[in-house]
Amino acid sequence: MGDYLPHTEAEIAAMLDFIGLGSLDELFEAVPEALRIVGGLDLPVGQSEPDVLAHVEALADANAARADRLVCFAGAGAYDHEVPPVVRALAGRSEFVTSYTPYQPEVAQGVLQAMFEFQTMAARLAGLPVANASLYDGASALVEGVNLGVAASGRPGVWVSAGIHPHWRRVLGTFAAGTGHQLRTIPLLDGRTVWPADAGPADAGLADAGPPEGTAHPGPPGVLVVGYPNYLGCLEDLGEARRRCDELGAQLVVAADPVAAGILRSPGEWGADVVVGEGQALGTALGFGGPYLGLFACSAAHVRRLPGRLVGETVDRTGTTAYVTTLRAREQDIRRERATSNVCTNQTLMAVTAAIQLGWLGTAGLAEVALRCARGARYCRQALLGLDGVTPLTGDTPVVREFAVHTPVPAATVIDRLAEEGFLAGVALDALTGGEDPSCADPAQALLVAVTERRTARQIDTYVTAFDKAVRS
Amino acid sequence: MSEHGTIPGPPSEVGPRPAGGRAASAPLLGRAAEPTIFELSEPGRASFQLRTTGVPEWPVEDLVPPEHRRSAPVPLAEVSERDLVGHFTRLSHRQFSVDLGAYPLGSCTMKYNPKLCDAVAALPGLAGVHPAAPAPLVQGWLALLVELEDALCAITGMAAATLQPAAGAAGELTGLLLMRAWHDAHGERRRRVIIPDSAHGTNPASVTLGGYEVTTVPSDDRGCVDMAALRAALDTDVAGIMLTNPNTLGLFEEDIVGIAAAVHEVGGLLYYDGANLNAILGVVRPGDMGFDIVHMNLHKTFATPHGGGGPGAGPVAVSARLVDFLPGPRPVRLVEDEAGERFGWSMPPRSIGRVHSWHGNALVLARAITYIAVHGGDGLRRVAERAVLNANWMRVRLRGLYDVPFDRTCMHEVVLAAATLRKEHGVRALDVAKRILEEGFHSPTVYFPLIVDEALMIEPTETESLQTLEALGEALERIALEAAALDGGDAAAAPRTTPVGRVDEARAARSLVPTFDAHR
Repeated sequence: MGDYLPHTEAEIAAMLDFIGLGSLDELFEAVPEALRIVGGLDLPVGQSEPDVLAHVEALADANAARADRLVCFAGAGAYDHEVPPVVRALAGRSEFVTSYTPYQPEVAQGVLQAMFEFQTMAARLAGLPVANASLYDGASALVEGVNLGVAASGRPGVWVSAGIHPHWRRVLGTFAAGTGHQLRTIPLLDGRTVWPADAGPADAGLADAGPPEGTAHPGPPGVLVVGYPNYLGCLEDLGEARRRCDELGAQLVVAADPVAAGILRSPGEWGADVVVGEGQALGTALGFGGPYLGLFACSAAHVRRLPGRLVGETVDRTGTTAYVTTLRAREQDIRRERATSNVCTNQTLMAVTAAIQLGWLGTAGLAEVALRCARGARYCRQALLGLDGVTPLTGDTPVVREFAVHTPVPAATVIDRLAEEGFLAGVALDALTGGEDPSCADPAQALLVAVTERRTARQIDTYVTAFDKAVRS
Repeated sequence: MSEHGTIPGPPSEVGPRPAGGRAASAPLLGRAAEPTIFELSEPGRASFQLRTTGVPEWPVEDLVPPEHRRSAPVPLAEVSERDLVGHFTRLSHRQFSVDLGAYPLGSCTMKYNPKLCDAVAALPGLAGVHPAAPAPLVQGWLALLVELEDALCAITGMAAATLQPAAGAAGELTGLLLMRAWHDAHGERRRRVIIPDSAHGTNPASVTLGGYEVTTVPSDDRGCVDMAALRAALDTDVAGIMLTNPNTLGLFEEDIVGIAAAVHEVGGLLYYDGANLNAILGVVRPGDMGFDIVHMNLHKTFATPHGGGGPGAGPVAVSARLVDFLPGPRPVRLVEDEAGERFGWSMPPRSIGRVHSWHGNALVLARAITYIAVHGGDGLRRVAERAVLNANWMRVRLRGLYDVPFDRTCMHEVVLAAATLRKEHGVRALDVAKRILEEGFHSPTVYFPLIVDEALMIEPTETESLQTLEALGEALERIALEAAALDGGDAAAAPRTTPVGRVDEARAARSLVPTFDAHR
């Protein structure tokens, strides 16, 4: 019954008459008759808005794991941060929500300037001079970072730290089937990457990835990929990664967390060539995994290889400051099969949201949130490690923001039991890795726990008490 | 412009009335540039407020080893909440949007985005759900995703779909990797993918990333795939063809059955680029045309807002023989018993793997199923009819004022051209695009498709009223007549009433300033 169509029957008749047709069906005469749908689509008939809303509300109600019902200790790239009413209100303005790619800059200065401000903030977080106007998510940003690194180094071998989010590594593997990149997963020791001394063979064992059969040894890698912190919350030795890149003549791609960046030395300062990341933590809802925000920054040398859109400052014909998408000759609509990337629609609204959220946090706020996450993680980790049978997964390696522990019962059981007590306990590593994975010896009994600035000491205390009960029974 | 003949007026039955769909093109409060947020910043000012947690306040020195510790905070803007609101609200006033007025940007399907879908996407039971929560705790989300997959398969005539791809281009690459996996499974190493010369730029870019070479086939004089050229290009080295139907000229590929047969005959697969799916909802299904792989742009066809450039969502549906290769894990219906349906995740046996960090742009997917549920099968058919009706009305309305390279019944969009205006009066498609901004409308897509000289691609969409179409038609008429009367006049001066005048794009590329820090 519902629709949003303005046409009256009289208007339809007049319009058909105007174009010289006798019926709406005649509009589709170019469609071969044998192909046309007879009897309508196999879908229910339309319903009214309130009926549909009631249906979707019932579905929403069936999700137990909502942050307003289960206190969230899950992270792994998706975090329950404070998103204040002011950010929601501004990011929800329909001028930002219902516009599209700024093809006509004269009427798109709002989005363009917000992008320019976002790019500035993203570049400062990364410690690099250039950031693009967003990619789909952390995984897609990593794929593009590796593509850039391979193009710049001219070598298809890629060493990927096992500290990179397991899903992102899977996505890298999926797309390597097309690009032919040869991925090798580099294992962790106590949560830190141990870069191999030799060039070694590509990793044919990684599910989804594997180079095509019969592919020659890739030789020294063209790209090294490492997390900061990595997905287990550990602080990797980026200095060592940079040194290995220099020895090998490889590009360093760092997957960095934009909130932890508030207290950590920037990847750019460590010498990263490309910094990628998941920007969900910058004002975007958990949203069951999307839409999120792919962050991408690079050194000045790589600006002409940059994937996706880039906004630059310029002037209009009267000399007034204005903004416009630039270096467009890299992009698919101009360069076609020789483009640096195929990305067109990106995640601009999430980038605008991030600019607003970072504007709200400001210099002091981002540092404060990063610090509070580190404090909460320390407080929670200390208490959990005080429980019988709960041990650290990553030794004494320093962690920020999140951490992993071995649990005496399967992590999935801990999550089930804590859900009964009002908590989303964390992320079971085997759920992320799909079982065997070089980032963890026994993923079934490993739990990744994240603590954001929204978690109070009381919540953490209650969680730890419930956790104790869950691992004892 | 006498050579253009009679210019049709609006249908008399409707009569004159105030036009709609036109936004005041002048900025709300003057033309002054808005300072950047960094220029509004004052050291020591702040707007953030955080919870009182009671967590011990260890100093950063106790938490982060010195070699990893930042020596100074990341410099961001320091503004009050009031200034933050003022800044971004003023920016929003410098931004055209669908909610403001007509946005006939061809190929982008800038239809009205129902507010109901905003309400759905904000539901705490959807927006507040962590993506790694175990299946029993996210039954509502899984049910929603399965419901959407079923609906998309019904609409496209396919067997199953992945909802992971985050946008159309991501869907294209996913589809090409499915094509590759299919041929790999049959022990074949095919190297080429065919695309028509009218294709979107994402198609050839995706083909390259999929590890294939592009073979371009020309369009014939009716604007459709040249069948002789296609047959000549086809052999067993061809992995498949990517087609948009209706194509980017807004025309239905009439011989789609012949195309499908020819491609299938050499063992190739047919990929349907769903950019233009809006035109055929409830009329014809890609599956019935012979397509094997179909991507959909939910932000176009199913009205999820475009967000200033994204997010979108680009689910990919496939025919039965390709289901086992789909990305995973996929949301699936497990059992149905007295307790009701149960849902879980399943990895297809020969999956190409994951293509997204999590499950796709889930809140976009929730908006899409909401839109589909409101319309139902009957409503979606009406959407296509009205979209096609509106485009044809514009075609006839502007015939004689602009070139109509393919002047026959079009689908959801019409490609006009300013080739004659340029030749006779020096007014280019770009000038028309800039001039229409002064009239309070967004511009059509210009210079695309590439095979039409001085192309102006107009997609009114079904949600614009006849009054809005008439206002847009009058504005485009005025621009064409003015160009003729003034012999071009000062075409390059437009737009004059927008927040900024014509932007110097060459300078932006020549002296690159990609951040506030670049030239300071």
